[in-house]
Amino acid sequence: MHDVRARPDLTAIAELVTEGSRVLDLGCGTGELLAYLIEAKSVRGTGIELHEEAVMDCVGKGLTVVQGNLNDGLEDYPDQSVDYVILSQTLHYLNRPVRVLQEMMRVGRQVVVSLPNWGHWRARLDLVLKGRMPEAPILPEPWHGARRWQAVTIADFLEFCLIERIQVLDSIYLAGTRPVKNPSTAKWRATTGVFVLQAPHTR
Amino acid sequence: MPKAVAQTPPAVALNGRYQGEIQAVDQFLRFGPFRFACGKELPEVVLAYQTYGELNADRSNAILICHALSGNQHAAGRMPDRPTSRPWWDDCIGPGKAFDTNRFFVICSNVLGSCSGSSGPAEINPATGRHWALDFPIVTIADMVKAQVRLIDHLGIAKLLSVAGGSMGGMQVLQWASHHPDRLVSAMPIATTARHSPMQIAFDAVGREAITRDPYWHGGDYYDRTEKPDAGLAVARMVGHITYLSEQSMHEKQFGDRLNRDVGSGRTGRDFLKPEFQVESYLLYNGQKFPERFDANAYLYVTKAMDDFDLTQATGRLADAFRQAVDVKFLVLSFTSDWLYPSHQSRDLVRALNALGITVTYVDIDSVWGHDAFLLEPDRMTRILTNYLNGLAAGQT
Repeated sequence: MHDVRARPDLTAIAELVTEGSRVLDLGCGTGELLAYLIEAKSVRGTGIELHEEAVMDCVGKGLTVVQGNLNDGLEDYPDQSVDYVILSQTLHYLNRPVRVLQEMMRVGRQVVVSLPNWGHWRARLDLVLKGRMPEAPILPEPWHGARRWQAVTIADFLEFCLIERIQVLDSIYLAGTRPVKNPSTAKWRATTGVFVLQAPHTR
Repeated sequence: MPKAVAQTPPAVALNGRYQGEIQAVDQFLRFGPFRFACGKELPEVVLAYQTYGELNADRSNAILICHALSGNQHAAGRMPDRPTSRPWWDDCIGPGKAFDTNRFFVICSNVLGSCSGSSGPAEINPATGRHWALDFPIVTIADMVKAQVRLIDHLGIAKLLSVAGGSMGGMQVLQWASHHPDRLVSAMPIATTARHSPMQIAFDAVGREAITRDPYWHGGDYYDRTEKPDAGLAVARMVGHITYLSEQSMHEKQFGDRLNRDVGSGRTGRDFLKPEFQVESYLLYNGQKFPERFDANAYLYVTKAMDDFDLTQATGRLADAFRQAVDVKFLVLSFTSDWLYPSHQSRDLVRALNALGITVTYVDIDSVWGHDAFLLEPDRMTRILTNYLNGLAAGQT
Protein backbone atom coordinates (compact mmCIF):
# COMPACT_ATOMS: atom_id res chain seq x y z
CA MET A 1 0.00 0.00 0.00
CA HIS A 2 2.94 2.29 0.71
CA ASP A 3 4.82 1.37 -2.43
CA VAL A 4 2.09 2.46 -4.79
CA ARG A 5 1.12 5.69 -3.13
CA ALA A 6 1.74 8.61 -5.41
CA ARG A 7 4.20 11.16 -4.12
CA PRO A 8 3.77 14.42 -6.01
CA ASP A 9 4.66 16.30 -2.83
CA LEU A 10 8.23 14.96 -2.77
CA THR A 11 9.88 17.76 -4.72
CA ALA A 12 7.62 20.37 -3.15
CA ILE A 13 8.72 19.37 0.35
CA ALA A 14 12.35 19.25 -0.74
CA GLU A 15 12.01 22.86 -1.92
CA LEU A 16 10.86 23.92 1.53
CA VAL A 17 13.61 22.15 3.49
CA THR A 18 16.97 23.80 4.10
CA GLU A 19 20.15 22.08 2.97
CA GLY A 20 21.83 19.98 5.69
CA SER A 21 19.01 20.37 8.21
CA ARG A 22 17.78 17.82 10.73
CA VAL A 23 14.53 16.16 9.72
CA LEU A 24 12.05 13.84 11.44
CA ASP A 25 9.60 12.20 9.00
CA LEU A 26 6.45 10.88 10.69
CA GLY A 27 4.78 7.94 8.98
CA CYS A 28 7.74 7.70 6.63
CA GLY A 29 6.45 4.55 4.91
CA THR A 30 9.16 2.87 2.87
CA GLY A 31 11.29 5.98 3.09
CA GLU A 32 10.94 7.57 -0.38
CA LEU A 33 10.77 11.11 1.00
CA LEU A 34 13.63 10.64 3.48
CA ALA A 35 15.86 9.06 0.86
CA TYR A 36 14.98 11.90 -1.52
CA LEU A 37 15.73 14.59 1.07
CA ILE A 38 19.06 12.98 1.97
CA GLU A 39 19.95 12.80 -1.70
CA ALA A 40 18.70 16.24 -2.75
CA LYS A 41 19.24 18.27 0.41
CA SER A 42 21.84 16.30 2.43
CA VAL A 43 19.55 16.31 5.45
CA ARG A 44 20.20 14.28 8.58
CA GLY A 45 16.94 12.39 8.70
CA THR A 46 15.08 9.94 10.90
CA GLY A 47 11.75 8.30 10.20
CA ILE A 48 8.99 6.89 12.35
CA GLU A 49 6.85 4.17 10.81
CA LEU A 50 4.25 1.79 12.18
CA HIS A 51 4.55 -1.16 9.81
CA GLU A 52 7.41 -3.63 10.13
CA GLU A 53 7.70 -4.36 6.41
CA ALA A 54 7.99 -0.66 5.61
CA VAL A 55 10.56 -0.23 8.39
CA MET A 56 12.56 -3.12 6.92
CA ASP A 57 12.46 -1.41 3.51
CA CYS A 58 13.77 1.79 5.09
CA VAL A 59 16.68 -0.09 6.68
CA GLY A 60 17.31 -1.58 3.24
CA LYS A 61 17.71 1.97 1.93
CA GLY A 62 20.22 2.70 4.67
CA LEU A 63 17.79 5.01 6.50
CA THR A 64 17.50 5.55 10.24
CA VAL A 65 13.98 4.61 11.26
CA VAL A 66 12.14 3.82 14.47
CA GLN A 67 9.15 1.51 14.43
CA GLY A 68 6.42 3.19 16.43
CA ASN A 69 2.89 4.50 16.58
CA LEU A 70 2.43 8.25 16.04
CA ASN A 71 -0.70 8.14 18.15
CA ASP A 72 1.59 7.43 21.12
CA GLY A 73 3.11 10.87 20.61
CA LEU A 74 6.73 11.85 20.30
CA GLU A 75 7.28 11.69 24.05
CA ASP A 76 11.00 11.73 24.58
CA TYR A 77 12.04 13.83 21.63
CA PRO A 78 13.29 17.02 23.26
CA ASP A 79 11.68 20.41 22.52
CA GLN A 80 12.83 22.08 19.30
CA SER A 81 15.38 19.30 18.74
CA VAL A 82 15.00 19.03 14.96
CA ASP A 83 14.71 21.61 12.21
CA TYR A 84 11.70 20.06 10.48
CA VAL A 85 9.11 17.55 11.57
CA ILE A 86 7.35 16.32 8.45
CA LEU A 87 3.94 14.71 8.21
CA SER A 88 3.51 13.76 4.60
CA GLN A 89 0.26 12.16 3.39
CA THR A 90 -0.37 10.77 6.87
CA LEU A 91 -2.57 13.29 8.71
CA HIS A 92 -5.80 11.66 7.56
CA TYR A 93 -4.80 8.32 9.13
CA LEU A 94 -4.21 9.70 12.65
CA ASN A 95 -6.59 9.07 15.53
CA ARG A 96 -5.88 12.40 17.21
CA PRO A 97 -4.37 14.77 14.66
CA VAL A 98 -4.40 17.77 17.01
CA ARG A 99 -2.23 16.04 19.54
CA VAL A 100 0.25 14.88 16.92
CA LEU A 101 0.44 18.36 15.37
CA GLN A 102 1.06 19.89 18.81
CA GLU A 103 3.81 17.36 19.44
CA MET A 104 5.31 18.13 16.03
CA MET A 105 5.43 21.84 16.81
CA ARG A 106 7.00 21.15 20.18
CA VAL A 107 9.77 18.97 18.71
CA GLY A 108 10.39 20.79 15.43
CA ARG A 109 11.45 24.35 14.81
CA GLN A 110 9.22 24.13 11.78
CA VAL A 111 6.56 21.67 10.79
CA VAL A 112 5.74 20.53 7.27
CA VAL A 113 2.35 18.95 6.61
CA SER A 114 1.21 17.68 3.24
CA LEU A 115 -2.30 16.40 2.75
CA PRO A 116 -4.56 15.22 -0.02
CA ASN A 117 -7.39 17.69 -0.63
CA TRP A 118 -10.83 16.15 -0.35
CA GLY A 119 -12.12 19.58 -1.43
CA HIS A 120 -10.87 19.07 -4.98
CA TRP A 121 -13.58 19.82 -7.55
CA ARG A 122 -13.83 16.17 -8.63
CA ALA A 123 -14.38 15.07 -5.04
CA ARG A 124 -17.06 17.73 -4.69
CA LEU A 125 -18.83 16.52 -7.81
CA ASP A 126 -18.65 12.90 -6.64
CA LEU A 127 -20.71 13.76 -3.60
CA VAL A 128 -23.08 16.23 -5.22
CA LEU A 129 -23.80 14.43 -8.49
CA LYS A 130 -23.22 10.76 -7.68
CA GLY A 131 -23.97 10.75 -3.96
CA ARG A 132 -20.68 9.02 -3.45
CA MET A 133 -18.27 9.61 -0.57
CA PRO A 134 -15.30 11.09 -2.39
CA GLU A 135 -11.95 9.37 -2.32
CA ALA A 136 -8.86 11.49 -1.92
CA PRO A 137 -7.61 12.57 -5.34
CA ILE A 138 -4.11 11.14 -4.93
CA LEU A 139 -4.84 8.39 -2.43
CA PRO A 140 -7.17 6.01 -4.18
CA GLU A 141 -8.20 4.03 -1.15
CA PRO A 142 -11.93 3.35 -0.91
CA TRP A 143 -13.72 3.87 2.39
CA HIS A 144 -13.77 0.11 2.98
CA GLY A 145 -10.04 -0.15 2.30
CA ALA A 146 -7.36 -1.38 4.61
CA ARG A 147 -7.02 1.71 6.77
CA ARG A 148 -9.53 4.15 8.17
CA TRP A 149 -9.03 7.67 6.94
CA GLN A 150 -10.53 10.99 7.88
CA ALA A 151 -11.44 13.18 4.92
CA VAL A 152 -9.93 16.67 5.28
CA THR A 153 -10.00 19.55 2.80
CA ILE A 154 -7.49 22.35 2.41
CA ALA A 155 -10.24 24.71 3.61
CA ASP A 156 -10.73 22.56 6.74
CA PHE A 157 -7.04 22.54 7.47
CA LEU A 158 -6.55 26.29 7.05
CA GLU A 159 -9.53 26.97 9.29
CA PHE A 160 -8.09 24.63 11.89
CA CYS A 161 -4.76 26.50 11.81
CA LEU A 162 -6.61 29.78 12.23
CA ILE A 163 -8.57 28.53 15.26
CA GLU A 164 -5.48 26.99 16.87
CA ARG A 165 -3.51 30.16 15.98
CA ILE A 166 -0.93 28.05 14.19
CA GLN A 167 1.19 30.22 11.89
CA VAL A 168 1.21 29.15 8.26
CA LEU A 169 4.63 30.33 7.12
CA ASP A 170 4.47 28.95 3.62
CA SER A 171 2.21 26.87 1.42
CA ILE A 172 2.45 25.09 -1.90
CA TYR A 173 -0.60 23.82 -3.78
CA LEU A 174 -0.35 21.10 -6.37
CA ALA A 175 -2.78 19.87 -9.01
CA GLY A 176 -1.34 16.46 -9.74
CA THR A 177 2.36 17.23 -9.91
CA ARG A 178 1.99 20.82 -11.19
CA PRO A 179 1.73 23.86 -8.93
CA VAL A 180 -1.56 25.71 -8.76
CA LYS A 181 -0.66 29.22 -9.90
CA ASN A 182 -3.50 31.17 -8.35
CA PRO A 183 -3.72 30.31 -4.61
CA SER A 184 -7.27 31.67 -4.35
CA THR A 185 -8.41 28.76 -6.53
CA ALA A 186 -6.39 26.17 -4.62
CA LYS A 187 -9.25 25.02 -2.39
CA TRP A 188 -11.01 23.46 -5.35
CA ARG A 189 -8.19 23.02 -7.89
CA ALA A 190 -5.43 21.54 -5.73
CA THR A 191 -5.11 17.79 -5.18
CA THR A 192 -2.37 18.29 -2.57
CA GLY A 193 -1.55 21.03 -0.10
CA VAL A 194 1.88 21.41 1.49
CA PHE A 195 2.16 23.73 4.50
CA VAL A 196 5.01 25.00 6.63
CA LEU A 197 3.75 25.66 10.13
CA GLN A 198 5.01 27.10 13.35
CA ALA A 199 3.63 27.01 16.88
CA PRO A 200 1.62 30.05 18.04
CA HIS A 201 4.12 31.26 20.64
CA THR A 202 7.34 31.09 18.64
CA ARG A 203 8.34 34.48 17.30
CA MET B 1 14.25 -34.00 45.08
CA PRO B 2 13.85 -36.70 42.45
CA LYS B 3 16.27 -36.61 39.60
CA ALA B 4 14.23 -34.87 36.95
CA VAL B 5 16.00 -36.54 34.12
CA ALA B 6 14.25 -39.16 32.05
CA GLN B 7 15.64 -41.18 29.20
CA THR B 8 13.48 -39.58 26.56
CA PRO B 9 14.25 -39.02 22.93
CA PRO B 10 13.91 -35.44 21.69
CA ALA B 11 10.26 -34.64 21.16
CA VAL B 12 11.06 -31.90 18.73
CA ALA B 13 14.01 -31.71 16.45
CA LEU B 14 16.27 -28.95 17.67
CA ASN B 15 16.50 -26.02 15.34
CA GLY B 16 18.39 -27.65 12.50
CA ARG B 17 21.77 -29.29 12.54
CA TYR B 18 24.36 -26.65 11.99
CA GLN B 19 26.93 -27.30 9.33
CA GLY B 20 29.15 -24.25 9.34
CA GLU B 21 31.77 -23.68 6.70
CA ILE B 22 34.09 -22.13 9.26
CA GLN B 23 36.68 -24.08 11.18
CA ALA B 24 36.30 -22.73 14.68
CA VAL B 25 39.25 -22.85 17.08
CA ASP B 26 39.43 -21.80 20.72
CA GLN B 27 42.03 -19.23 21.64
CA PHE B 28 42.89 -18.01 25.12
CA LEU B 29 43.97 -14.64 26.47
CA ARG B 30 45.48 -14.43 29.97
CA PHE B 31 45.85 -11.07 31.61
CA GLY B 32 45.92 -9.49 35.04
CA PRO B 33 45.62 -8.30 37.59
CA PHE B 34 41.87 -7.96 37.12
CA ARG B 35 39.78 -6.03 39.59
CA PHE B 36 36.11 -7.02 39.68
CA ALA B 37 33.33 -4.50 40.29
CA CYS B 38 32.82 -6.12 43.71
CA GLY B 39 36.32 -4.94 44.69
CA LYS B 40 38.03 -8.34 44.64
CA GLU B 41 41.11 -8.62 42.52
CA LEU B 42 42.57 -11.71 40.84
CA PRO B 43 46.22 -11.77 39.75
CA GLU B 44 45.20 -13.30 36.43
CA VAL B 45 42.04 -14.14 34.49
CA VAL B 46 41.52 -16.05 31.25
CA LEU B 47 39.19 -15.37 28.36
CA ALA B 48 38.40 -18.12 25.86
CA TYR B 49 37.51 -16.69 22.47
CA GLN B 50 37.15 -17.45 18.79
CA THR B 51 37.52 -15.27 15.72
CA TYR B 52 36.13 -15.71 12.23
CA GLY B 53 37.21 -13.88 9.08
CA GLU B 54 40.18 -11.57 8.67
CA LEU B 55 40.99 -8.25 10.29
CA ASN B 56 41.51 -5.74 7.48
CA ALA B 57 44.56 -3.49 7.08
CA ASP B 58 43.09 -0.47 8.85
CA ARG B 59 41.47 -2.67 11.51
CA SER B 60 38.05 -1.19 10.88
CA ASN B 61 35.99 -4.32 10.15
CA ALA B 62 35.86 -5.94 13.60
CA ILE B 63 32.51 -6.95 15.12
CA LEU B 64 32.23 -8.29 18.65
CA ILE B 65 29.44 -10.79 19.25
CA CYS B 66 28.24 -11.19 22.85
CA HIS B 67 26.61 -14.42 23.95
CA ALA B 68 23.61 -15.01 26.20
CA LEU B 69 23.27 -16.90 29.49
CA SER B 70 24.03 -20.43 28.27
CA GLY B 71 26.08 -19.52 25.20
CA ASN B 72 29.82 -19.49 24.78
CA GLN B 73 32.61 -18.39 22.44
CA HIS B 74 31.62 -20.97 19.84
CA ALA B 75 29.23 -18.72 17.89
CA ALA B 76 29.84 -20.07 14.39
CA GLY B 77 31.42 -22.85 12.37
CA ARG B 78 32.46 -26.35 13.20
CA MET B 79 35.04 -27.25 15.83
CA PRO B 80 37.12 -30.18 14.57
CA ASP B 81 38.29 -31.05 18.08
CA ARG B 82 34.79 -30.71 19.59
CA PRO B 83 32.42 -32.00 16.89
CA THR B 84 29.44 -32.13 19.24
CA SER B 85 29.67 -28.43 20.14
CA ARG B 86 26.86 -26.54 18.45
CA PRO B 87 27.56 -22.96 17.35
CA TRP B 88 24.77 -20.82 18.76
CA TRP B 89 24.57 -18.17 16.01
CA ASP B 90 25.73 -20.07 12.94
CA ASP B 91 22.66 -18.83 11.02
CA CYS B 92 23.93 -15.27 11.21
CA ILE B 93 27.75 -15.59 11.18
CA GLY B 94 29.68 -16.99 8.23
CA PRO B 95 30.53 -16.44 4.57
CA GLY B 96 27.67 -14.58 2.91
CA LYS B 97 25.62 -14.46 6.12
CA ALA B 98 24.51 -11.37 8.05
CA PHE B 99 27.84 -11.06 9.82
CA ASP B 100 29.65 -11.91 6.62
CA THR B 101 33.05 -13.36 7.47
CA ASN B 102 34.23 -12.54 3.96
CA ARG B 103 33.87 -8.87 4.93
CA PHE B 104 34.05 -8.71 8.70
CA PHE B 105 36.38 -9.91 11.43
CA VAL B 106 34.02 -11.46 13.97
CA ILE B 107 35.04 -12.04 17.58
CA CYS B 108 33.17 -13.92 20.29
CA SER B 109 34.46 -14.60 23.80
CA ASN B 110 33.15 -16.66 26.69
CA VAL B 111 32.00 -14.31 29.47
CA LEU B 112 33.76 -14.19 32.81
CA GLY B 113 31.97 -16.39 35.33
CA SER B 114 30.85 -18.86 32.67
CA CYS B 115 32.31 -22.30 32.05
CA SER B 116 33.68 -22.79 28.53
CA GLY B 117 37.27 -21.91 29.22
CA SER B 118 37.05 -18.40 30.65
CA SER B 119 37.69 -17.76 34.33
CA GLY B 120 34.78 -18.75 36.51
CA PRO B 121 33.76 -20.94 39.43
CA ALA B 122 34.42 -24.15 37.48
CA GLU B 123 38.07 -23.23 36.81
CA ILE B 124 41.02 -24.02 39.07
CA ASN B 125 42.15 -21.42 41.59
CA PRO B 126 45.95 -21.45 41.13
CA ALA B 127 46.45 -20.44 44.75
CA THR B 128 44.75 -23.55 46.10
CA GLY B 129 44.92 -25.96 43.17
CA ARG B 130 41.21 -26.57 43.63
CA HIS B 131 38.14 -25.33 41.81
CA TRP B 132 37.11 -21.82 42.70
CA ALA B 133 33.50 -22.80 43.35
CA LEU B 134 31.81 -20.07 45.40
CA ASP B 135 35.12 -18.36 46.24
CA PHE B 136 35.12 -16.87 42.76
CA PRO B 137 34.31 -13.16 42.93
CA ILE B 138 30.78 -12.06 42.01
CA VAL B 139 30.77 -11.22 38.32
CA THR B 140 28.82 -8.36 36.77
CA ILE B 141 27.99 -7.46 33.17
CA ALA B 142 30.47 -4.59 33.65
CA ASP B 143 33.20 -7.12 34.55
CA MET B 144 32.40 -9.21 31.47
CA VAL B 145 32.70 -6.15 29.24
CA LYS B 146 35.83 -4.89 30.99
CA ALA B 147 37.49 -8.21 30.15
CA GLN B 148 36.27 -7.96 26.54
CA VAL B 149 37.86 -4.51 26.29
CA ARG B 150 41.18 -6.13 27.23
CA LEU B 151 40.66 -8.70 24.49
CA ILE B 152 39.94 -5.99 21.90
CA ASP B 153 43.06 -4.12 23.06
CA HIS B 154 45.05 -7.33 22.68
CA LEU B 155 43.75 -7.79 19.14
CA GLY B 156 44.93 -4.26 18.32
CA ILE B 157 41.47 -2.91 17.55
CA ALA B 158 40.91 0.72 18.50
CA LYS B 159 37.30 0.85 17.37
CA LEU B 160 34.81 -1.94 16.75
CA LEU B 161 32.55 -1.53 13.74
CA SER B 162 29.83 -3.01 15.91
CA VAL B 163 29.06 -4.95 19.04
CA ALA B 164 25.99 -7.18 18.83
CA GLY B 165 24.14 -9.64 21.00
CA GLY B 166 20.78 -10.85 22.22
CA SER B 167 19.40 -11.24 25.72
CA MET B 168 22.36 -11.13 28.15
CA GLY B 169 24.49 -10.48 25.08
CA GLY B 170 22.41 -7.36 24.55
CA MET B 171 23.13 -6.25 28.11
CA GLN B 172 26.85 -6.43 27.31
CA VAL B 173 26.17 -4.40 24.16
CA LEU B 174 24.45 -1.71 26.25
CA GLN B 175 27.28 -1.77 28.79
CA TRP B 176 29.79 -1.27 25.95
CA ALA B 177 27.81 1.64 24.54
CA SER B 178 27.36 3.21 27.96
CA HIS B 179 30.91 2.85 29.27
CA HIS B 180 33.13 2.51 26.19
CA PRO B 181 31.33 4.50 23.48
CA ASP B 182 34.61 5.74 22.01
CA ARG B 183 35.48 2.15 21.10
CA LEU B 184 32.34 1.60 18.96
CA VAL B 185 30.90 2.77 15.68
CA SER B 186 27.60 1.01 16.33
CA ALA B 187 25.75 -1.11 18.87
CA MET B 188 23.09 -3.76 18.25
CA PRO B 189 21.19 -4.67 21.41
CA ILE B 190 18.66 -7.41 20.61
CA ALA B 191 15.75 -8.67 22.76
CA THR B 192 17.28 -7.16 25.86
CA THR B 193 16.90 -4.62 28.63
CA ALA B 194 18.96 -1.96 30.36
CA ARG B 195 17.68 -3.16 33.70
CA HIS B 196 16.55 -6.64 34.73
CA SER B 197 12.90 -6.57 35.73
CA PRO B 198 11.42 -8.20 38.82
CA MET B 199 9.87 -10.89 36.60
CA GLN B 200 13.19 -11.72 34.99
CA ILE B 201 14.85 -11.85 38.41
CA ALA B 202 12.05 -14.09 39.67
CA PHE B 203 12.67 -16.77 37.04
CA ASP B 204 16.41 -16.64 37.69
CA ALA B 205 15.75 -16.96 41.42
CA VAL B 206 13.75 -20.16 40.83
CA GLY B 207 16.60 -21.53 38.73
CA ARG B 208 19.16 -20.77 41.42
CA GLU B 209 16.89 -22.25 44.06
CA ALA B 210 16.61 -25.50 42.07
CA ILE B 211 20.40 -25.76 41.98
CA THR B 212 21.18 -24.82 45.57
CA ARG B 213 18.48 -27.17 46.88
CA ASP B 214 19.91 -30.09 44.97
CA PRO B 215 21.46 -32.36 47.67
CA TYR B 216 24.44 -32.92 45.38
CA TRP B 217 25.24 -29.20 45.21
CA HIS B 218 27.12 -29.33 48.58
CA GLY B 219 27.49 -25.59 48.98
CA GLY B 220 29.04 -25.43 45.53
CA ASP B 221 31.86 -27.90 46.34
CA TYR B 222 30.85 -30.75 44.07
CA TYR B 223 33.69 -30.72 41.57
CA ASP B 224 35.61 -33.61 43.16
CA ARG B 225 32.51 -35.71 43.72
CA THR B 226 31.01 -38.23 41.34
CA GLU B 227 27.47 -36.92 41.79
CA LYS B 228 26.86 -33.39 40.56
CA PRO B 229 23.81 -31.14 41.05
CA ASP B 230 22.67 -32.08 37.55
CA ALA B 231 19.02 -32.47 38.53
CA GLY B 232 18.86 -28.98 39.99
CA LEU B 233 20.60 -27.53 36.97
CA ALA B 234 18.21 -29.44 34.71
CA VAL B 235 15.18 -27.95 36.48
CA ALA B 236 16.74 -24.49 36.23
CA ARG B 237 17.15 -25.04 32.50
CA MET B 238 13.54 -26.24 32.18
CA VAL B 239 12.29 -23.04 33.79
CA GLY B 240 14.53 -21.09 31.46
CA HIS B 241 13.21 -22.86 28.39
CA ILE B 242 9.61 -22.07 29.33
CA THR B 243 10.49 -18.38 29.43
CA TYR B 244 12.23 -18.54 26.04
CA LEU B 245 9.09 -19.90 24.35
CA SER B 246 5.72 -18.28 23.93
CA GLU B 247 2.21 -19.54 24.36
CA GLN B 248 1.84 -19.47 20.59
CA SER B 249 5.16 -21.16 19.84
CA MET B 250 4.19 -24.01 22.18
CA HIS B 251 1.09 -24.48 20.03
CA GLU B 252 3.16 -24.28 16.84
CA LYS B 253 5.44 -26.99 18.15
CA GLN B 254 2.36 -29.07 19.03
CA PHE B 255 3.54 -29.27 22.58
CA GLY B 256 0.04 -30.11 23.78
CA ASP B 257 0.10 -33.45 21.96
CA ARG B 258 0.28 -36.60 24.03
CA LEU B 259 3.29 -38.87 23.50
CA ASN B 260 1.05 -41.89 23.69
CA ARG B 261 -2.58 -41.66 22.58
CA ASP B 262 -3.51 -44.77 24.54
CA VAL B 263 -3.80 -43.33 28.04
CA GLY B 264 -6.97 -44.97 29.19
CA SER B 265 -6.46 -48.07 31.24
CA GLY B 266 -4.91 -48.71 34.58
CA ARG B 267 -3.18 -45.41 35.19
CA THR B 268 -1.92 -44.77 38.68
CA GLY B 269 0.02 -41.98 40.32
CA ARG B 270 3.21 -43.78 39.33
CA ASP B 271 2.58 -42.57 35.80
CA PHE B 272 3.32 -39.03 36.98
CA LEU B 273 7.02 -39.83 36.70
CA LYS B 274 6.73 -40.41 32.97
CA PRO B 275 6.31 -37.46 30.64
CA GLU B 276 2.94 -37.64 28.87
CA PHE B 277 2.89 -34.46 26.82
CA GLN B 278 5.30 -33.28 24.17
CA VAL B 279 6.08 -30.18 26.21
CA GLU B 280 7.15 -32.30 29.17
CA SER B 281 9.35 -34.39 26.98
CA TYR B 282 10.92 -31.30 25.38
CA LEU B 283 11.68 -29.70 28.72
CA LEU B 284 13.01 -32.91 30.27
CA TYR B 285 15.21 -33.61 27.29
CA ASN B 286 16.68 -30.11 27.21
CA GLY B 287 17.05 -30.06 30.98
CA GLN B 288 18.82 -33.38 30.98
CA LYS B 289 21.23 -32.40 28.18
CA PHE B 290 22.19 -29.10 29.75
CA PRO B 291 24.59 -30.32 32.50
CA GLU B 292 26.69 -31.99 29.79
CA ARG B 293 27.81 -28.56 28.72
CA PHE B 294 27.11 -26.21 31.60
CA ASP B 295 28.23 -25.89 35.19
CA ALA B 296 25.71 -25.40 38.00
CA ASN B 297 27.78 -22.78 39.85
CA ALA B 298 28.38 -20.90 36.60
CA TYR B 299 24.60 -20.81 36.17
CA LEU B 300 24.34 -19.14 39.58
CA TYR B 301 27.05 -16.59 38.75
CA VAL B 302 25.82 -15.68 35.28
CA THR B 303 22.14 -15.36 36.23
CA LYS B 304 23.18 -13.17 39.17
CA ALA B 305 25.16 -10.96 36.80
CA MET B 306 22.00 -10.47 34.72
CA ASP B 307 19.86 -9.76 37.79
CA ASP B 308 22.37 -7.18 39.02
CA PHE B 309 22.36 -5.39 35.67
CA ASP B 310 20.90 -1.90 35.94
CA LEU B 311 22.17 0.94 33.79
CA THR B 312 19.75 3.32 35.52
CA GLN B 313 21.42 2.76 38.89
CA ALA B 314 23.49 5.95 38.98
CA THR B 315 20.74 8.54 38.53
CA GLY B 316 17.50 6.63 38.03
CA ARG B 317 17.28 7.91 34.45
CA LEU B 318 18.12 5.60 31.59
CA ALA B 319 19.12 8.47 29.29
CA ASP B 320 21.94 9.39 31.68
CA ALA B 321 23.61 6.04 30.96
CA PHE B 322 24.13 7.02 27.33
CA ARG B 323 25.18 10.68 27.62
CA GLN B 324 28.66 9.80 26.36
CA ALA B 325 27.31 7.60 23.55
CA VAL B 326 25.99 10.39 21.30
CA ASP B 327 28.18 9.31 18.37
CA VAL B 328 27.28 5.61 18.57
CA LYS B 329 24.70 4.40 16.07
CA PHE B 330 22.15 1.98 17.52
CA LEU B 331 20.14 -0.81 15.97
CA VAL B 332 17.60 -1.98 18.55
CA LEU B 333 15.57 -5.13 17.84
CA SER B 334 12.79 -6.76 19.79
CA PHE B 335 10.24 -9.48 19.05
CA THR B 336 6.48 -9.15 19.43
CA SER B 337 5.97 -12.44 21.29
CA ASP B 338 8.98 -12.11 23.61
CA TRP B 339 7.40 -11.86 27.06
CA LEU B 340 10.67 -12.39 28.95
CA TYR B 341 12.32 -9.30 27.43
CA PRO B 342 9.17 -7.58 26.17
CA SER B 343 9.24 -4.98 23.40
CA HIS B 344 8.42 -2.14 25.78
CA GLN B 345 11.85 -2.54 27.40
CA SER B 346 13.42 -1.96 24.00
CA ARG B 347 11.09 0.97 23.36
CA ASP B 348 12.16 2.53 26.68
CA LEU B 349 15.72 2.24 25.46
CA VAL B 350 14.85 3.82 22.11
CA ARG B 351 13.08 6.71 23.86
CA ALA B 352 16.10 7.33 26.08
CA LEU B 353 18.34 7.40 23.00
CA ASN B 354 15.92 9.70 21.16
CA ALA B 355 15.94 12.05 24.11
CA LEU B 356 19.68 12.41 23.61
CA GLY B 357 19.38 12.84 19.85
CA ILE B 358 21.28 9.58 19.28
CA THR B 359 20.90 7.93 15.88
CA VAL B 360 18.77 4.84 16.48
CA THR B 361 16.92 2.42 14.26
CA TYR B 362 14.35 0.21 15.96
CA VAL B 363 12.38 -2.73 14.64
CA ASP B 364 9.85 -4.74 16.61
CA ILE B 365 9.99 -7.96 14.62
CA ASP B 366 6.69 -9.80 14.34
CA SER B 367 7.43 -13.35 15.49
CA VAL B 368 5.69 -16.16 17.34
CA TRP B 369 8.90 -17.65 18.75
CA GLY B 370 9.09 -15.70 21.99
CA HIS B 371 12.49 -14.79 23.39
CA ASP B 372 14.10 -17.57 21.34
CA ALA B 373 13.18 -15.58 18.21
CA PHE B 374 16.58 -13.90 18.12
CA LEU B 375 18.00 -17.33 17.30
CA LEU B 376 15.02 -18.66 15.33
CA GLU B 377 14.27 -15.87 12.85
CA PRO B 378 17.41 -16.10 10.70
CA ASP B 379 15.78 -14.84 7.50
CA ARG B 380 14.48 -11.59 8.89
CA MET B 381 17.50 -11.13 11.12
CA THR B 382 19.74 -11.63 8.10
CA ARG B 383 17.76 -9.15 6.03
CA ILE B 384 17.85 -6.43 8.63
CA LEU B 385 21.40 -7.00 9.89
CA THR B 386 22.82 -7.21 6.36
CA ASN B 387 21.03 -4.04 5.30
CA TYR B 388 22.05 -2.22 8.45
CA LEU B 389 25.70 -3.24 8.15
CA ASN B 390 25.66 -2.20 4.48
CA GLY B 391 24.30 1.21 5.46
CA LEU B 392 26.91 1.46 8.18
CA ALA B 393 29.72 0.56 5.81
CA ALA B 394 28.40 3.09 3.27
CA GLY B 395 28.28 5.80 5.92
CA GLN B 396 31.86 5.03 6.87
CA THR B 397 33.37 5.79 3.50
